[in-house]
Amino acid sequence: MRIDLHPTDTYGEFKMRPGLVLANGAHLVPGGVNFSIYSSGATSCELVLFHSGEREPYAVIPFPEGYRVGAVFAMIVYDLDFEDLEYGFRMDGEYDFSRGVIFDKTKTLLDPYAKIITGRNVWGEEPDWTNPFQYRAKVVMNDFDWEGDEPIRSTHNEMIIYEAHVRGFTKDESSGVKYNGTYAGLREKIPYLKDLGVNTIELLPIFEFDEFEGAREVNGQKLMNYWGYSTVGFFAPKAGYAASGKYSMQVDEFKSLVKELHKNGIKIILDVVFNHTAEGNEYGPYISFKGIDNNYYYILTPEGYYYNFSGCGNTLNCNNPVVRNLILGCLRYWVATFHIDGFRFDLAAILGRNQDGSPMSNPPLLESLAFDPVLKDVILIAEAWDAGGLYQVGNFPAYGRWAEWNGRYRDDMRRFLKGEDGLAGAAAARILGSEDIYDRYWRGDAASVNFITCHDGFTLYDLYAYNGKHNEANGWGNSDGGNDNHSWNCGWEGESTDYGTNFLRHKMIKNAAAVLLTSLGVPMILAGDEFGNTQYGNNNPYCQDNKISWLDWNDLEKNKDIYNFFKYMIAFRKRHPVFMRKSPATPYGYPMTSLHGGDAWRFDRSEGSHYVGVMFTGKTKDGEDDFIYLGVNAHWDAKPIFLPELPADKTWKVEVNTDLGENACYETPCEIAANNSFLVGPRSVIICTA
Amino acid sequence: MAKYVQEIGEVSKVKLHGHIDASIAPELMNEMKDLIARKDEIKKLVFFADELEYVASAGIRAVVFAKQKIGANVQVYLVGASDVILDVFKLTGIDKFLTIQDKFEG
Repeated sequence: MRIDLHPTDTYGEFKMRPGLVLANGAHLVPGGVNFSIYSSGATSCELVLFHSGEREPYAVIPFPEGYRVGAVFAMIVYDLDFEDLEYGFRMDGEYDFSRGVIFDKTKTLLDPYAKIITGRNVWGEEPDWTNPFQYRAKVVMNDFDWEGDEPIRSTHNEMIIYEAHVRGFTKDESSGVKYNGTYAGLREKIPYLKDLGVNTIELLPIFEFDEFEGAREVNGQKLMNYWGYSTVGFFAPKAGYAASGKYSMQVDEFKSLVKELHKNGIKIILDVVFNHTAEGNEYGPYISFKGIDNNYYYILTPEGYYYNFSGCGNTLNCNNPVVRNLILGCLRYWVATFHIDGFRFDLAAILGRNQDGSPMSNPPLLESLAFDPVLKDVILIAEAWDAGGLYQVGNFPAYGRWAEWNGRYRDDMRRFLKGEDGLAGAAAARILGSEDIYDRYWRGDAASVNFITCHDGFTLYDLYAYNGKHNEANGWGNSDGGNDNHSWNCGWEGESTDYGTNFLRHKMIKNAAAVLLTSLGVPMILAGDEFGNTQYGNNNPYCQDNKISWLDWNDLEKNKDIYNFFKYMIAFRKRHPVFMRKSPATPYGYPMTSLHGGDAWRFDRSEGSHYVGVMFTGKTKDGEDDFIYLGVNAHWDAKPIFLPELPADKTWKVEVNTDLGENACYETPCEIAANNSFLVGPRSVIICTA
Repeated sequence: MAKYVQEIGEVSKVKLHGHIDASIAPELMNEMKDLIARKDEIKKLVFFADELEYVASAGIRAVVFAKQKIGANVQVYLVGASDVILDVFKLTGIDKFLTIQDKFEG
């Protein structure tokens, strides 16, 4: 033991000494545990120690006045059996609601920097609601063997993102994994992801949350906080997603997942929720921040109530320096400790709001994240809007560093592909990387994360099986969820046995996949879309912990043609660096991208146009000339077209034609007529190469 | 007499048994430390788990500790673990560092 860490004081049976003030949370130090927490308003603080799972604490140790530096209480306590330890804090201070100061020394508070949180160790296991201390921190050991795991050194524009929910991905028995609905279950599915070809997985929130928050029963069905957009602890992986959560080994299980993903060349992005917390408004519980520094952590009205820009009761005060440090510390922790490759920020526009709620032009938090050394190589993706009406797609304060979920890509492509008038020009701009929104010079090549579906809304199958949402099971009389789905049921609402209807649906799905995977920017696929997963028309299943949300892997066999098509298109994208804008030009003087209509070089962006032709030129990875023609006919009639003339020694070959049903991808590409003419089928996409 | 370590030598043997929960695991950890102090003598380290009924994270940590400290040249075995016990090792990826056997085959 180092001499400078000998105990200097005692309190009852406990030996202690002043702690390390800069180490937030609880850390193992030789012989003891260092506890550190800050509060600007607290007059005193107590450390509360519990044996695992016990209701009453076995010790309450006040921080001596001399253990406080500025606003930080720090103390090392020796000889604790940290494996059997749960801890919390109690803080005393003023109570004046109108000023936002609401200290309550009877509340035991969760450490905001807790690395392991117990209380919801097994998903859905009913907790003891009479226990006043629901979410408890444990001390973490960092003895995981990463076996030399290194970051995957690919650029952001090479990513093909796959958005998945940890539980929903394998919870259904049809997933065939041993540990359903867990990190370990997901790990078992890595060979599947590899076969599909995606190289990045983006997980819906995995920070500890309470699946019982807002739980209800509707028509005998238990509804839960299934998506998890309501954080209890920012530093702790969700225990209920770990099969080993009952042993408090979720940290190891999650790290094991990340290590295995990396071994297989797959990056991992986390969906993070910093816009609000699970503490709700003035009627919500004291979990942590309310009892530590309520008026620092939340944006409050002049009367002390909670602003609700998140739509979830409160708004985290992200540009308060203390909160900013918490967020920065959190992201650094996940990158350094869990080897995370990127983050997607839920309702990120809130992160740019001032302490009074107004939008800022140069928000310090976003700037800090953009230039942080630990975060230098990770991708930062903003959902560039919030529930308070701030919509910043295209003008999110990006510092040349932030990417965005491109909501306009989703809306324009959905409308164009279903056959609406006046969208050809917009669709072309989306395919070409949305440079009208994201200036390439300032924003780079990976600013636009393109998606047609995501967890929030219809699945791709449902997009072409339902005209309207069917959210009755959510218990709000079908009033929740978006109404602007731009969907089309192909002639029949819901499941159909009609061959023609199903043929058309599969074709529409393939059209969307083909366009998404040939668009410039970063494509994102919703998990299950690659095999036609349905949510039965529910476009907001945030509370549905059941078959509505869980992927039904039986569909993989049933819709094999869709899976094969996605797999083909993913491989196709990877073969052609032009889509990553990483290719040098051809020596023939062709532009790297060009737009075409029925006639080559004449793009028709008129109101009645339903056709977009795009030619991409460049070089393959092997240095060969690379010509690609994407033809998207969104019209219900076939479209005769002429492809652009090629250099004399080259001819166009069709590689993909979604009009051909299960044979949409050609095993051997087939040459087209000598005059470069082709008849693109109704509502069909072709891809030709040379 | 050690509670868990049965033999230290070229083939060192550790018998895990009963319930190794958080209150008992420190004993195992201390024995691991003693064992590692003699790591130069050891070529194989075998954990027999056929009589192990329950292991808490603290017990697993003791095994991980031994594996990490004993050196890359020493092969570490986990022998005879029941499916339930094996699951705990598998979930956290720790099984990858160990040679899992039903019966010790050397």
